[in-house]
Amino acid sequence: MGFVTVEHVSQKYGKRPILDNVSLEVAEGAFISIVGASGCGKSTFLRLLLDQERPTRGEIRVDGIPLQGEPNRSRGIVFQRYSTFPHMTVRDNLVAAEGLGANLLGILPRARRQSARARANAALERIGLAHVADQYPATLSGGMQQRLAIAQALAAKPRILLLDEPFGALDPGTRERMHDFLQDLRAETNMTVFMVTHDLSEAFKLGDRVLAFDKVRWDPQFPDAYGATITYDFDARDGGIPYQILKEDTYVLDPAGS
Amino acid sequence: MRWINKTPGRPFALFLTVLPFVLLMIIYAMGSDARRAANPADKLLPPPSQLVDTAARLVSEPDRRSGEILFWKDTASSLRRLAIGVGLAASLGLAFGLLIGLLPVAHAGLNSFVAVISMVPPLAILPILFIVFGLGELSKVALITIGITPFLIRDLSARTAELPSEQIIKAQTLGASSLAIALRVALPQILPRLIQAVRLSLGPAWLFLIAAEAIASEDGLGYRIFLVRRYLAMDVILTYVAWITLIAFVLDWCLARLSRRLFPWAEAA
Ligand SMILES: Nc1ncnc2c1ncn2[C@@H]1O[C@H](COP(=O)(O)OP(=O)(O)O)[C@@H](O)[C@H]1O
Ligand SMILES: [Mg+2]
Repeated sequence: MGFVTVEHVSQKYGKRPILDNVSLEVAEGAFISIVGASGCGKSTFLRLLLDQERPTRGEIRVDGIPLQGEPNRSRGIVFQRYSTFPHMTVRDNLVAAEGLGANLLGILPRARRQSARARANAALERIGLAHVADQYPATLSGGMQQRLAIAQALAAKPRILLLDEPFGALDPGTRERMHDFLQDLRAETNMTVFMVTHDLSEAFKLGDRVLAFDKVRWDPQFPDAYGATITYDFDARDGGIPYQILKEDTYVLDPAGS
Repeated sequence: MRWINKTPGRPFALFLTVLPFVLLMIIYAMGSDARRAANPADKLLPPPSQLVDTAARLVSEPDRRSGEILFWKDTASSLRRLAIGVGLAASLGLAFGLLIGLLPVAHAGLNSFVAVISMVPPLAILPILFIVFGLGELSKVALITIGITPFLIRDLSARTAELPSEQIIKAQTLGASSLAIALRVALPQILPRLIQAVRLSLGPAWLFLIAAEAIASEDGLGYRIFLVRRYLAMDVILTYVAWITLIAFVLDWCLARLSRRLFPWAEAA
Protein backbone atom coordinates (compact mmCIF):
# COMPACT_ATOMS: atom_id res chain seq x y z
CA MET A 1 0.00 0.00 0.00
CA GLY A 2 1.16 3.52 -0.80
CA PHE A 3 2.18 6.16 1.67
CA VAL A 4 0.21 8.84 -0.14
CA THR A 5 -3.02 7.61 -1.70
CA VAL A 6 -5.08 9.78 -4.02
CA GLU A 7 -8.40 8.19 -4.89
CA HIS A 8 -10.65 9.41 -7.71
CA VAL A 9 -10.03 13.04 -6.83
CA SER A 10 -11.83 15.76 -8.81
CA GLN A 11 -11.73 19.48 -8.20
CA LYS A 12 -14.14 22.06 -9.59
CA TYR A 13 -14.12 25.82 -9.15
CA GLY A 14 -17.74 26.79 -9.54
CA LYS A 15 -18.89 24.85 -12.58
CA ARG A 16 -15.45 24.64 -14.08
CA PRO A 17 -13.71 21.28 -13.66
CA ILE A 18 -9.95 21.61 -13.11
CA LEU A 19 -8.96 18.10 -12.07
CA ASP A 20 -10.91 15.07 -13.18
CA ASN A 21 -10.68 11.68 -11.50
CA VAL A 22 -7.04 11.70 -10.43
CA SER A 23 -5.80 8.54 -8.73
CA LEU A 24 -2.28 7.92 -7.50
CA GLU A 25 -0.26 5.76 -5.13
CA VAL A 26 3.10 7.02 -3.93
CA ALA A 27 5.58 5.10 -1.81
CA GLU A 28 7.24 6.78 1.16
CA GLY A 29 10.50 8.49 0.20
CA ALA A 30 9.65 8.81 -3.48
CA PHE A 31 10.42 11.95 -5.46
CA ILE A 32 7.50 12.76 -7.76
CA SER A 33 7.95 15.33 -10.50
CA ILE A 34 4.78 16.86 -11.94
CA VAL A 35 4.71 18.45 -15.38
CA GLY A 36 1.91 19.81 -17.53
CA ALA A 37 0.71 22.82 -19.46
CA SER A 38 0.30 26.03 -17.54
CA GLY A 39 -3.15 26.37 -16.01
CA CYS A 40 -3.90 22.64 -16.15
CA GLY A 41 -4.19 22.27 -12.39
CA LYS A 42 -0.73 21.32 -11.07
CA SER A 43 -0.80 23.93 -8.31
CA THR A 44 -4.37 22.94 -7.56
CA PHE A 45 -3.19 19.35 -7.09
CA LEU A 46 -0.50 20.52 -4.65
CA ARG A 47 -3.08 22.60 -2.76
CA LEU A 48 -5.18 19.46 -2.39
CA LEU A 49 -2.17 17.48 -1.14
CA LEU A 50 -1.39 20.29 1.27
CA ASP A 51 -5.00 20.20 2.47
CA GLN A 52 -5.35 23.91 1.78
CA GLU A 53 -8.47 22.97 -0.20
CA ARG A 54 -10.79 19.99 -0.12
CA PRO A 55 -11.50 18.15 -3.36
CA THR A 56 -15.08 18.27 -4.64
CA ARG A 57 -14.91 14.49 -5.02
CA GLY A 58 -12.58 11.72 -3.96
CA GLU A 59 -10.21 11.31 -1.05
CA ILE A 60 -6.55 11.77 -0.23
CA ARG A 61 -4.94 9.68 2.50
CA VAL A 62 -1.50 9.96 4.02
CA ASP A 63 -0.31 6.86 5.83
CA GLY A 64 -3.86 5.54 5.65
CA ILE A 65 -5.38 8.58 7.38
CA PRO A 66 -7.62 10.97 5.40
CA LEU A 67 -6.52 14.61 5.37
CA GLN A 68 -7.97 16.66 8.23
CA GLY A 69 -9.02 19.88 6.50
CA GLU A 70 -6.10 22.28 6.97
CA PRO A 71 -2.31 22.42 6.49
CA ASN A 72 -0.11 21.14 9.31
CA ARG A 73 3.49 20.38 10.14
CA SER A 74 3.53 17.00 8.41
CA ARG A 75 3.52 18.63 4.97
CA GLY A 76 5.89 21.46 4.09
CA ILE A 77 5.68 23.69 1.04
CA VAL A 78 7.91 25.97 -1.01
CA PHE A 79 6.32 28.30 -3.54
CA GLN A 80 7.99 30.06 -6.42
CA ARG A 81 7.91 33.28 -4.38
CA TYR A 82 6.78 34.71 -1.04
CA SER A 83 7.69 31.57 0.90
CA THR A 84 9.80 33.30 3.55
CA PHE A 85 8.79 35.96 6.06
CA PRO A 86 10.05 39.36 4.86
CA HIS A 87 10.02 40.94 8.33
CA MET A 88 12.32 38.34 9.87
CA THR A 89 16.06 38.08 9.33
CA VAL A 90 17.37 35.02 7.51
CA ARG A 91 18.26 33.35 10.82
CA ASP A 92 14.93 34.26 12.42
CA ASN A 93 13.13 32.71 9.46
CA LEU A 94 14.68 29.38 10.44
CA VAL A 95 14.13 29.90 14.17
CA ALA A 96 10.48 30.70 13.37
CA ALA A 97 10.17 27.30 11.71
CA GLU A 98 10.49 25.87 15.22
CA GLY A 99 8.97 28.76 17.15
CA LEU A 100 5.73 29.38 15.24
CA GLY A 101 4.36 25.99 16.24
CA ALA A 102 5.92 25.90 19.71
CA ASN A 103 2.82 27.18 21.49
CA LEU A 104 -0.34 29.18 21.01
CA LEU A 105 1.55 32.49 20.80
CA GLY A 106 4.13 31.10 18.40
CA ILE A 107 6.96 32.34 20.62
CA LEU A 108 9.77 29.98 21.50
CA PRO A 109 10.26 29.61 25.28
CA ARG A 110 13.50 31.20 26.46
CA ALA A 111 15.00 27.85 27.35
CA ARG A 112 14.68 26.56 23.79
CA ARG A 113 15.73 29.76 22.06
CA GLN A 114 19.46 29.22 22.41
CA SER A 115 19.41 25.73 20.92
CA ALA A 116 17.05 26.78 18.12
CA ARG A 117 19.45 29.57 17.18
CA ALA A 118 22.33 27.13 17.21
CA ARG A 119 20.43 24.75 14.92
CA ALA A 120 19.51 27.65 12.63
CA ASN A 121 23.16 28.73 12.47
CA ALA A 122 24.25 25.19 11.65
CA ALA A 123 21.62 24.94 8.91
CA LEU A 124 22.69 28.31 7.47
CA GLU A 125 26.30 27.15 7.48
CA ARG A 126 25.29 24.08 5.49
CA ILE A 127 23.25 25.91 2.89
CA GLY A 128 25.88 28.61 2.51
CA LEU A 129 23.85 31.47 3.95
CA ALA A 130 25.77 31.97 7.20
CA HIS A 131 27.25 35.25 5.96
CA VAL A 132 23.79 36.77 5.43
CA ALA A 133 22.20 35.43 8.63
CA ASP A 134 21.32 38.91 9.91
CA GLN A 135 20.00 40.28 6.63
CA TYR A 136 16.39 40.34 5.50
CA PRO A 137 15.27 37.93 2.73
CA ALA A 138 14.51 40.75 0.29
CA THR A 139 18.23 41.58 0.16
CA LEU A 140 19.13 38.05 -1.02
CA SER A 141 19.36 36.76 -4.58
CA GLY A 142 16.57 34.53 -5.91
CA GLY A 143 18.63 31.36 -5.43
CA MET A 144 19.51 32.26 -1.86
CA GLN A 145 15.88 33.05 -1.07
CA GLN A 146 14.77 29.66 -2.37
CA ARG A 147 17.51 27.86 -0.43
CA LEU A 148 16.27 29.64 2.67
CA ALA A 149 12.66 28.73 1.85
CA ILE A 150 13.57 25.06 1.43
CA ALA A 151 15.67 25.03 4.61
CA GLN A 152 12.78 26.68 6.47
CA ALA A 153 10.31 24.08 5.26
CA LEU A 154 12.73 21.28 6.19
CA ALA A 155 13.37 22.72 9.66
CA ALA A 156 9.82 21.65 10.56
CA LYS A 157 10.82 18.07 9.62
CA PRO A 158 7.80 17.38 7.40
CA ARG A 159 7.20 13.88 6.05
CA ILE A 160 6.07 15.31 2.73
CA LEU A 161 7.62 18.25 0.93
CA LEU A 162 5.64 20.07 -1.77
CA LEU A 163 7.53 22.27 -4.21
CA ASP A 164 5.60 24.49 -6.63
CA GLU A 165 7.98 25.54 -9.40
CA PRO A 166 10.61 26.28 -6.76
CA PHE A 167 13.37 27.04 -9.28
CA GLY A 168 11.17 28.61 -11.95
CA ALA A 169 12.55 32.12 -11.42
CA LEU A 170 16.25 31.14 -11.25
CA ASP A 171 18.95 31.30 -13.90
CA PRO A 172 20.32 27.97 -15.26
CA GLY A 173 23.57 27.99 -13.24
CA THR A 174 21.79 28.67 -9.96
CA ARG A 175 19.26 26.01 -10.87
CA GLU A 176 22.03 23.38 -11.22
CA ARG A 177 23.36 24.24 -7.78
CA MET A 178 19.84 24.09 -6.33
CA HIS A 179 19.45 20.59 -7.79
CA ASP A 180 22.61 19.45 -6.03
CA PHE A 181 21.42 21.10 -2.85
CA LEU A 182 18.04 19.38 -3.03
CA GLN A 183 19.59 15.98 -3.84
CA ASP A 184 21.98 16.27 -0.89
CA LEU A 185 19.08 17.05 1.42
CA ARG A 186 17.08 14.15 0.08
CA ALA A 187 19.91 11.73 0.67
CA GLU A 188 19.70 12.56 4.38
CA THR A 189 15.96 12.33 4.95
CA ASN A 190 13.31 9.89 3.88
CA MET A 191 10.99 12.66 2.78
CA THR A 192 8.42 12.14 0.09
CA VAL A 193 8.69 15.01 -2.39
CA PHE A 194 6.20 16.35 -4.94
CA MET A 195 7.73 18.92 -7.27
CA VAL A 196 5.88 20.85 -9.96
CA THR A 197 8.18 22.09 -12.71
CA HIS A 198 8.05 23.41 -16.24
CA ASP A 199 11.47 22.02 -17.00
CA LEU A 200 11.30 18.44 -18.33
CA SER A 201 14.99 17.72 -17.85
CA GLU A 202 14.74 18.92 -14.27
CA ALA A 203 11.70 16.69 -13.78
CA PHE A 204 13.58 13.60 -15.01
CA LYS A 205 16.85 14.47 -13.33
CA LEU A 206 15.39 14.83 -9.85
CA GLY A 207 12.30 12.64 -9.94
CA ASP A 208 11.83 8.92 -9.36
CA ARG A 209 8.58 9.27 -11.22
CA VAL A 210 7.38 11.95 -13.59
CA LEU A 211 3.63 12.55 -13.76
CA ALA A 212 2.20 14.45 -16.70
CA PHE A 213 -1.13 16.23 -16.18
CA ASP A 214 -3.29 16.81 -19.23
CA LYS A 215 -6.87 16.79 -20.43
CA VAL A 216 -7.98 13.45 -21.79
CA ARG A 217 -11.06 14.86 -23.45
CA TRP A 218 -11.03 18.13 -25.30
CA ASP A 219 -13.92 20.11 -26.74
CA PRO A 220 -12.66 22.87 -29.06
CA GLN A 221 -15.92 24.79 -28.53
CA PHE A 222 -15.59 24.68 -24.74
CA PRO A 223 -11.93 24.39 -23.73
CA ASP A 224 -12.96 24.53 -20.06
CA ALA A 225 -15.50 21.72 -20.29
CA TYR A 226 -13.19 18.98 -19.00
CA GLY A 227 -10.61 18.73 -16.27
CA ALA A 228 -7.07 17.35 -16.38
CA THR A 229 -5.84 14.08 -15.01
CA ILE A 230 -2.59 12.12 -14.89
CA THR A 231 -2.01 11.01 -18.49
CA TYR A 232 1.51 9.60 -18.14
CA ASP A 233 3.34 8.13 -15.20
CA PHE A 234 6.99 7.63 -16.18
CA ASP A 235 9.56 5.70 -14.24
CA ALA A 236 12.38 8.23 -14.05
CA ARG A 237 14.94 6.43 -11.93
CA ASP A 238 18.48 6.19 -13.35
CA GLY A 239 18.13 9.59 -14.94
CA GLY A 240 14.99 8.60 -16.80
CA ILE A 241 16.66 5.96 -18.95
CA PRO A 242 13.95 3.41 -19.65
CA TYR A 243 14.40 0.06 -18.00
CA GLN A 244 14.54 -1.85 -21.32
CA ILE A 245 17.47 0.15 -22.67
CA LEU A 246 19.31 -0.39 -19.47
CA LYS A 247 18.69 -4.12 -19.78
CA GLU A 248 19.97 -4.17 -23.39
CA ASP A 249 23.10 -2.31 -22.37
CA THR A 250 23.68 -4.81 -19.66
CA TYR A 251 23.11 -7.65 -22.12
CA VAL A 252 25.63 -6.23 -24.56
CA LEU A 253 28.19 -5.83 -21.83
CA ASP A 254 27.40 -9.15 -20.28
CA PRO A 255 25.89 -11.56 -22.89
CA ALA A 256 25.88 -14.45 -20.51
CA GLY A 257 23.40 -12.48 -18.42
CA SER A 258 25.03 -13.54 -15.19
CA MET B 1 14.75 66.04 -24.22
CA ARG B 2 11.30 65.23 -22.86
CA TRP B 3 10.16 67.06 -19.75
CA ILE B 4 9.58 63.77 -17.95
CA ASN B 5 13.32 63.07 -18.30
CA LYS B 6 14.62 66.43 -17.09
CA THR B 7 15.81 66.25 -13.50
CA PRO B 8 17.02 69.35 -11.65
CA GLY B 9 20.53 69.31 -10.16
CA ARG B 10 20.87 69.45 -6.39
CA PRO B 11 21.24 73.23 -5.94
CA PHE B 12 18.49 73.94 -8.43
CA ALA B 13 16.19 71.39 -6.77
CA LEU B 14 16.81 73.07 -3.41
CA PHE B 15 16.03 76.44 -4.97
CA LEU B 16 12.77 75.06 -6.40
CA THR B 17 11.87 73.63 -2.98
CA VAL B 18 12.35 76.95 -1.22
CA LEU B 19 10.81 79.04 -4.00
CA PRO B 20 7.06 78.63 -3.20
CA PHE B 21 7.65 79.42 0.48
CA VAL B 22 9.54 82.59 -0.37
CA LEU B 23 6.92 83.55 -2.96
CA LEU B 24 4.15 83.13 -0.39
CA MET B 25 5.99 85.38 2.08
CA ILE B 26 6.64 88.03 -0.57
CA ILE B 27 3.02 88.03 -1.71
CA TYR B 28 1.86 88.30 1.90
CA ALA B 29 4.23 91.18 2.63
CA MET B 30 3.13 92.99 -0.52
CA GLY B 31 -0.53 92.49 0.30
CA SER B 32 -0.01 93.69 3.84
CA ASP B 33 1.85 96.79 2.62
CA ALA B 34 -0.81 97.63 0.07
CA ARG B 35 -3.67 97.33 2.56
CA ARG B 36 -1.94 99.46 5.19
CA ALA B 37 -1.05 102.08 2.59
CA ALA B 38 -4.77 102.42 1.98
CA ASN B 39 -5.74 102.18 5.67
CA PRO B 40 -3.01 102.39 8.36
CA ALA B 41 -5.35 100.80 10.94
CA ASP B 42 -5.93 97.68 8.82
CA LYS B 43 -6.08 94.51 10.94
CA LEU B 44 -6.58 91.91 8.25
CA LEU B 45 -2.99 91.46 7.09
CA PRO B 46 -0.68 92.57 9.91
CA PRO B 47 2.90 93.25 8.75
CA PRO B 48 5.50 90.48 9.18
CA SER B 49 7.28 92.50 11.86
CA GLN B 50 4.10 92.55 13.94
CA LEU B 51 3.65 88.79 13.47
CA VAL B 52 7.13 88.19 14.85
CA ASP B 53 6.45 90.49 17.83
CA THR B 54 3.13 88.76 18.53
CA ALA B 55 4.71 85.32 18.29
CA ALA B 56 7.48 86.34 20.69
CA ARG B 57 4.91 87.75 23.12
CA LEU B 58 2.65 84.67 22.89
CA VAL B 59 5.37 82.15 23.66
CA SER B 60 6.91 84.08 26.56
CA GLU B 61 4.38 86.27 28.38
CA PRO B 62 2.22 84.65 31.08
CA ASP B 63 -1.47 85.38 31.23
CA ARG B 64 -2.28 88.15 33.70
CA ARG B 65 -5.10 86.28 35.40
CA SER B 66 -3.78 82.71 35.62
CA GLY B 67 -0.05 83.36 35.43
CA GLU B 68 0.30 80.59 32.82
CA ILE B 69 1.64 81.05 29.33
CA LEU B 70 -1.53 80.30 27.39
CA PHE B 71 0.30 79.39 24.18
CA TRP B 72 2.01 76.42 25.78
CA LYS B 73 -1.04 75.46 27.81
CA ASP B 74 -3.13 75.41 24.63
CA THR B 75 -0.47 73.38 22.86
CA ALA B 76 -0.26 70.84 25.67
CA SER B 77 -4.06 70.45 25.90
CA SER B 78 -4.49 70.02 22.15
CA LEU B 79 -1.62 67.58 21.81
CA ARG B 80 -2.92 65.52 24.73
CA ARG B 81 -6.37 65.28 23.11
CA LEU B 82 -4.82 64.45 19.76
CA ALA B 83 -2.53 61.79 21.25
CA ILE B 84 -5.30 60.06 23.20
CA GLY B 85 -7.78 60.24 20.32
CA VAL B 86 -5.34 59.04 17.66
CA GLY B 87 -3.77 56.45 20.00
CA LEU B 88 -7.16 54.98 20.77
CA ALA B 89 -8.12 54.97 17.09
CA ALA B 90 -4.82 53.32 16.12
CA SER B 91 -5.31 50.56 18.70
CA LEU B 92 -8.86 49.91 17.58
CA GLY B 93 -7.87 50.10 13.92
CA LEU B 94 -5.06 47.62 14.43
CA ALA B 95 -7.11 45.12 16.44
CA PHE B 96 -10.15 45.17 14.18
CA GLY B 97 -8.05 45.45 11.03
CA LEU B 98 -6.20 42.24 11.91
CA LEU B 99 -9.41 40.47 12.91
CA ILE B 100 -11.28 41.39 9.74
CA GLY B 101 -8.28 40.80 7.51
CA LEU B 102 -7.42 37.38 8.92
CA LEU B 103 -10.65 35.76 10.08
CA PRO B 104 -13.36 35.02 7.50
CA VAL B 105 -15.91 34.97 10.34
CA ALA B 106 -14.97 38.50 11.45
CA HIS B 107 -14.91 39.64 7.82
CA ALA B 108 -18.42 38.32 7.22
CA GLY B 109 -19.69 39.91 10.42
CA LEU B 110 -17.99 43.30 10.39
CA ASN B 111 -16.73 44.31 6.95
CA SER B 112 -19.98 45.73 5.57
CA PHE B 113 -20.84 47.23 8.94
CA VAL B 114 -17.57 49.16 9.08
CA ALA B 115 -17.96 50.21 5.44
CA VAL B 116 -21.38 51.74 6.24
CA ILE B 117 -20.28 53.28 9.55
CA SER B 118 -17.33 54.94 7.85
CA MET B 119 -19.81 56.91 5.71
CA VAL B 120 -21.32 58.66 8.75
CA PRO B 121 -19.97 62.24 8.71
CA PRO B 122 -18.28 62.55 12.13
CA LEU B 123 -18.98 66.28 12.49
CA ALA B 124 -22.68 65.60 12.05
CA ILE B 125 -22.69 63.49 15.20
CA LEU B 126 -20.67 65.99 17.25
CA PRO B 127 -23.84 67.33 18.91
CA ILE B 128 -24.71 63.79 19.93
CA LEU B 129 -21.27 63.39 21.47
CA PHE B 130 -21.71 66.62 23.43
CA ILE B 131 -25.11 65.43 24.64
CA VAL B 132 -23.89 61.96 25.57
CA PHE B 133 -20.40 62.69 26.90
CA GLY B 134 -20.90 66.28 28.05
CA LEU B 135 -18.69 69.21 27.10
CA GLY B 136 -15.55 67.83 28.77
CA GLU B 137 -12.46 66.15 27.37
CA LEU B 138 -14.23 62.91 26.56
CA SER B 139 -16.37 64.23 23.73
CA LYS B 140 -13.37 65.87 22.01
CA VAL B 141 -11.29 62.72 22.20
CA ALA B 142 -14.33 60.68 21.13
CA LEU B 143 -14.82 62.84 18.03
CA ILE B 144 -11.23 62.30 16.92
CA THR B 145 -11.44 58.57 17.59
CA ILE B 146 -14.81 58.14 15.93
CA GLY B 147 -13.68 60.29 13.05
CA ILE B 148 -10.62 58.31 12.01
CA THR B 149 -11.14 54.78 13.36
CA PRO B 150 -13.33 53.54 10.47
CA PHE B 151 -10.70 54.64 7.96
CA LEU B 152 -7.95 52.92 9.95
CA ILE B 153 -9.95 49.69 10.26
CA ARG B 154 -10.73 49.63 6.56
CA ASP B 155 -7.20 50.41 5.50
CA LEU B 156 -5.55 47.94 7.87
CA SER B 157 -8.00 45.11 7.20
CA ALA B 158 -7.37 45.57 3.47
CA ARG B 159 -3.59 45.54 4.02
CA THR B 160 -3.87 42.43 6.18
CA ALA B 161 -5.95 40.65 3.56
CA GLU B 162 -3.35 41.63 0.95
CA LEU B 163 -0.57 39.73 2.71
CA PRO B 164 0.54 37.01 0.29
CA SER B 165 -1.51 33.90 1.06
CA GLU B 166 1.72 31.93 0.57
CA GLN B 167 3.00 33.31 3.88
CA ILE B 168 -0.15 32.41 5.78
CA ILE B 169 -0.06 28.89 4.31
CA LYS B 170 3.63 28.58 5.08
CA ALA B 171 3.04 29.55 8.70
CA GLN B 172 0.37 26.87 8.97
CA THR B 173 2.74 24.23 7.63
CA LEU B 174 5.11 25.30 10.40
CA GLY B 175 2.38 24.56 12.92
CA ALA B 176 1.35 28.13 13.77
CA SER B 177 -2.02 28.71 15.50
CA SER B 178 -4.36 31.49 14.33
CA LEU B 179 -3.10 33.64 17.19
CA ALA B 180 0.53 32.93 16.31
CA ILE B 181 -0.12 33.88 12.69
CA ALA B 182 -1.81 37.11 13.80
CA LEU B 183 0.95 38.05 16.24
CA ARG B 184 4.09 36.85 14.47
CA VAL B 185 3.25 36.99 10.76
CA ALA B 186 0.52 39.59 10.22
CA LEU B 187 1.03 42.10 13.06
CA PRO B 188 4.70 42.93 12.41
CA GLN B 189 4.02 43.36 8.70
CA ILE B 190 0.99 45.57 9.36
CA LEU B 191 2.73 47.91 11.81
CA PRO B 192 4.48 49.96 9.10
CA ARG B 193 1.14 50.24 7.33
CA LEU B 194 -0.40 51.40 10.62
CA ILE B 195 2.12 54.23 10.84
CA GLN B 196 1.42 55.13 7.22
CA ALA B 197 -2.34 55.11 7.82
CA VAL B 198 -1.96 57.21 10.98
CA ARG B 199 0.08 59.74 9.01
CA LEU B 200 -2.73 59.98 6.48
CA SER B 201 -5.39 60.36 9.16
CA LEU B 202 -3.57 63.08 11.12
CA GLY B 203 -5.05 65.71 8.83
CA PRO B 204 -8.66 64.72 9.59
CA ALA B 205 -7.70 64.25 13.26
CA TRP B 206 -6.61 67.91 13.48
CA LEU B 207 -9.80 68.95 11.74
CA PHE B 208 -11.95 67.14 14.29
CA LEU B 209 -9.85 68.41 17.18
CA ILE B 210 -10.09 72.05 16.15
CA ALA B 211 -13.80 71.74 15.40
CA ALA B 212 -14.50 70.26 18.82
CA GLU B 213 -12.34 72.85 20.57
CA ALA B 214 -13.94 75.70 18.65
CA ILE B 215 -17.39 74.69 19.82
CA ALA B 216 -16.87 73.79 23.45
CA SER B 217 -13.62 74.11 25.32
CA GLU B 218 -11.67 76.13 27.86
CA ASP B 219 -8.30 75.82 26.23
CA GLY B 220 -6.58 74.38 23.19
CA LEU B 221 -5.18 75.71 19.93
CA GLY B 222 -8.54 75.58 18.15
CA TYR B 223 -10.30 77.21 21.09
CA ARG B 224 -7.82 80.12 21.12
CA ILE B 225 -8.12 80.75 17.39
CA PHE B 226 -11.89 80.95 17.55
CA LEU B 227 -11.76 83.05 20.71
CA VAL B 228 -9.50 85.80 19.34
CA ARG B 229 -11.45 85.80 16.08
CA ARG B 230 -13.95 88.02 17.91
CA TYR B 231 -11.30 90.74 18.26
CA LEU B 232 -10.08 90.24 14.70
CA ALA B 233 -6.64 89.42 16.15
CA MET B 234 -5.19 88.21 12.88
CA ASP B 235 -1.65 88.25 14.26
CA VAL B 236 -2.59 85.72 16.96
CA ILE B 237 -4.58 83.57 14.56
CA LEU B 238 -1.80 83.47 11.99
CA THR B 239 0.77 82.61 14.67
CA TYR B 240 -1.39 79.75 15.92
CA VAL B 241 -2.04 78.50 12.39
CA ALA B 242 1.67 78.53 11.59
CA TRP B 243 2.35 76.72 14.88
CA ILE B 244 -0.27 74.03 14.16
CA THR B 245 1.16 73.58 10.68
CA LEU B 246 4.65 73.20 12.09
CA ILE B 247 3.52 70.65 14.70
CA ALA B 248 1.63 68.66 12.07
CA PHE B 249 4.63 68.67 9.75
CA VAL B 250 7.06 67.60 12.47
CA LEU B 251 4.69 64.85 13.64
CA ASP B 252 4.43 63.52 10.11
CA TRP B 253 8.19 63.66 9.65
CA CYS B 254 8.83 61.90 12.96
CA LEU B 255 6.40 59.10 12.09
CA ALA B 256 8.10 58.60 8.73
CA ARG B 257 11.51 58.46 10.46
CA LEU B 258 10.18 56.11 13.12
CA SER B 259 8.79 53.76 10.49
CA ARG B 260 12.12 53.61 8.68
CA ARG B 261 13.99 53.05 11.94
CA LEU B 262 11.70 50.35 13.31
CA PHE B 263 11.01 48.46 10.09
CA PRO B 264 14.15 48.39 7.97
CA TRP B 265 12.89 45.27 6.19
CA ALA B 266 9.95 47.25 4.77
CA GLU B 267 12.44 49.44 2.90
CA ALA B 268 14.28 46.47 1.39
CA ALA B 269 11.12 44.93 -0.06
N1 LIG C 1 -9.27 29.49 -6.12
C1 LIG C 1 -9.58 29.40 -7.42
N2 LIG C 1 -10.81 29.72 -7.86
C2 LIG C 1 -11.14 29.63 -9.17
N3 LIG C 1 -10.30 29.22 -10.13
C3 LIG C 1 -9.06 28.86 -9.77
C4 LIG C 1 -8.62 28.95 -8.41
N4 LIG C 1 -7.34 28.55 -8.35
C5 LIG C 1 -6.99 28.24 -9.62
N5 LIG C 1 -8.01 28.42 -10.47
C6 LIG C 1 -8.00 28.14 -11.89
O1 LIG C 1 -7.69 26.78 -12.03
C7 LIG C 1 -6.85 26.57 -13.14
C8 LIG C 1 -5.66 25.74 -12.73
O2 LIG C 1 -4.82 26.53 -11.94
P1 LIG C 1 -3.43 26.00 -11.39
O3 LIG C 1 -3.66 24.80 -10.57
O4 LIG C 1 -2.79 27.16 -10.69
O5 LIG C 1 -2.64 25.66 -12.71
P2 LIG C 1 -1.10 25.32 -12.92
O6 LIG C 1 -0.41 25.36 -11.58
O7 LIG C 1 -1.08 23.97 -13.54
O8 LIG C 1 -0.55 26.35 -13.85
C9 LIG C 1 -6.47 27.92 -13.67
O9 LIG C 1 -7.19 28.15 -14.85
C10 LIG C 1 -6.91 28.87 -12.61
O10 LIG C 1 -7.39 30.06 -13.19
MG1 LIG D 1 1.00 26.74 -10.84
